[in-house]
Amino acid sequence: MKPFTVHRGRVAPLDRVNVDTDQIIPKQFLKRIEKTGFGQFLFYDWRFGVDGKKNPDFVLHEPRYEGATVLVAGKNFGCGSSREHAVWALADFGFRAVISSSFADIFANNSTKNGFLAVLLTDDEVATVMKRAQDIDNYEVTVDLEKCEVRDNQGFFAKFPIDEFVRHCLLNGLDDIGLTLQHDAEIAEYEKHHPAPAALRV
Amino acid sequence: MTRTLFEKIWDAHLVASPPGRSPIVYIDLHLVHEVTSPQAFDGLRAAGREVRQPARTVATVDHNIPTEPRGTPITDLIAAKQISALQANCKEFGVRLFDMDSPDQGIVHVIGPELGVTQPGMTIVCGDSHTSTHGAFGALAFGIGTSEVEHVLATQCLAQRKPKTMKMDVRGKLADGVTAKDLALGIIGQIGTDGATGHVIEYAGTAVRALSMEGRMTLCNMSIEAGARAGMVAPDETTIAYVKGRRFAPTGADWDKAVACWRSLPSDEGAAFDKIVEIDAAQLCPFVTWGTNPGMVAPVTGRVPEIGAMEESDRRATELALQYMGLEPGEKIQDIGIDRVFIGSCTNSRIEDLRAAARVAKGHRVNSKVRAMVVPGSQTVKRAAEQEGLDRIFRDAGFEWRESGCSMCLGMNPDILQPGERCASTSNRNFEGRQGRGGGTLRIFGIGSLSKRENINRHASQTRDLWVAKNATRRAARPGPSAPNGWRLRMTNEGTI
Ligand code: SF4
Repeated sequence: MKPFTVHRGRVAPLDRVNVDTDQIIPKQFLKRIEKTGFGQFLFYDWRFGVDGKKNPDFVLHEPRYEGATVLVAGKNFGCGSSREHAVWALADFGFRAVISSSFADIFANNSTKNGFLAVLLTDDEVATVMKRAQDIDNYEVTVDLEKCEVRDNQGFFAKFPIDEFVRHCLLNGLDDIGLTLQHDAEIAEYEKHHPAPAALRV
Repeated sequence: MTRTLFEKIWDAHLVASPPGRSPIVYIDLHLVHEVTSPQAFDGLRAAGREVRQPARTVATVDHNIPTEPRGTPITDLIAAKQISALQANCKEFGVRLFDMDSPDQGIVHVIGPELGVTQPGMTIVCGDSHTSTHGAFGALAFGIGTSEVEHVLATQCLAQRKPKTMKMDVRGKLADGVTAKDLALGIIGQIGTDGATGHVIEYAGTAVRALSMEGRMTLCNMSIEAGARAGMVAPDETTIAYVKGRRFAPTGADWDKAVACWRSLPSDEGAAFDKIVEIDAAQLCPFVTWGTNPGMVAPVTGRVPEIGAMEESDRRATELALQYMGLEPGEKIQDIGIDRVFIGSCTNSRIEDLRAAARVAKGHRVNSKVRAMVVPGSQTVKRAAEQEGLDRIFRDAGFEWRESGCSMCLGMNPDILQPGERCASTSNRNFEGRQGRGGGTLRIFGIGSLSKRENINRHASQTRDLWVAKNATRRAARPGPSAPNGWRLRMTNEGTI
């Protein structure tokens, strides 16, 4: 996994609440069997018309948000289905982090496996970042996982909470399958007392 | 020390609690389907890993398979590739697959309980958010992403932070015609689509105890729509009677041992929850959704909300939803026309649901402008329905009778809405475009509201049409009214992508 330490980047504002994973990556693009190449389908129904033409009014298509790497959105971001494709699409499109005042559990979990940061700020803090991203050209923030804070160069500063273990994995780009397998002996011991049901064997 | 149902299951599955790290929890049952697993199997291969416990892993194809008669060639080549990837992966890693042609194939959350692989006290995961369904058995069941699918395949464990607990105490009795779905929608309408984020809900109280297993599955299924990590109902005699005799349920002495263990699972008297919500069952009525998330709920006899008095953020979300759905504020729910009807999905496609729907359909005709389909949750449900003659009732009423799968619940197969169409659906999500781009899921509803609605229509119009098609097609091809902040919703009548 790509480590996440400190990232500074342009902010794109997605001023909507309850952005669900069906919007982030519509289902017709879930049929691919690869992990890559989903960025082109990010927010597809919003970014493109039914004729496949770019919707110039969509915020990510505004020239001033080109190259944005931090997304700020309303509460309950990533609700809905468990599709990790949503995170793959955001990351593949170029985003490194999304800031919101709440995240759906599975989305937040999926983010941590992909070196992508779901940054939890308060409603007021999200509103500030949103407004600045809308009002100020080339508005950038620094998302600092080492210090667990978000700041800009206009005096905005906010701390965000994150699980210590998740932070450790993200900072070091650790694969958590490997970490769990360090407990192989304990797993094997558990399995001794909980044998798999024979009936389902092929 | 008193413990909740959740805590008992959690404690019994803790493999390790490394300091400073998330606890490692053992997974008893891993359900797998074609859409969220190929990348996980690829990951295993790349790392040279095996599936640790193939006998705890069960796969089926459900999400993108067509519901045309089996044997019809799959024309969507990318979907076909995904299905054959699962077949190959199951073969390579020794995983049991209930394939397209299996008599046990069906939606993953329907066949788990049906086959008896879902049992009380288990930890169950699947790369699908509606895994919460299995909590109806008093299991801890939750959805995971593909990285975690790979993690479970490789280790049979998950590193998980301990979620918080919430007790949803549903007092009293649901009125006649008010179903588990209405209870779920009532709860989501009250606490919101993120009201239970970070929590495992335990549904308790007399109204929950009175539900059948099918009803409990519907209720737990919808937990994720309230943002919950999982939903659970403590096992009781209803649960035990349902599991008994199923194909993969324990037998003989194992059964007795299992039942004794299941009886010890319910939350202890006085066990503490992080949050308790009380619901008065008598206040609930048949609900439908009108908007673009499952929290946008109104009584079937009610109206689409007025925008006037709303707070700014609610107003914006409501305006966008109304615009997408092509509805006017204050419009009467019963006056809204529909183009499609979908009875199916892991929420409401079990035999009990189909019986209820058939009771309503019997002797009526679907309005000729409406296309209606019934998609049984599994082959087993389909066979049972056919034995009871339900398929005839549906067909005579003008419904299409399809093969089992997820179908129009998410529209990954050819069963999708066209732009501008509205659908009344027994599924669980009404997100924009979920059932087809530009198409609106007008209502997710329980069968109870279907029957209420039918009565009302019959009285009002004196016709024997089952569905009203008035205003059937939304005001389509509108010039894309500009919404605040440069948002523009496009709706045209051209083909879908
Ligand atoms: S029926 Fe719908 S909600 Fe259920 S598993 Fe299939 S796609 Fe998911």
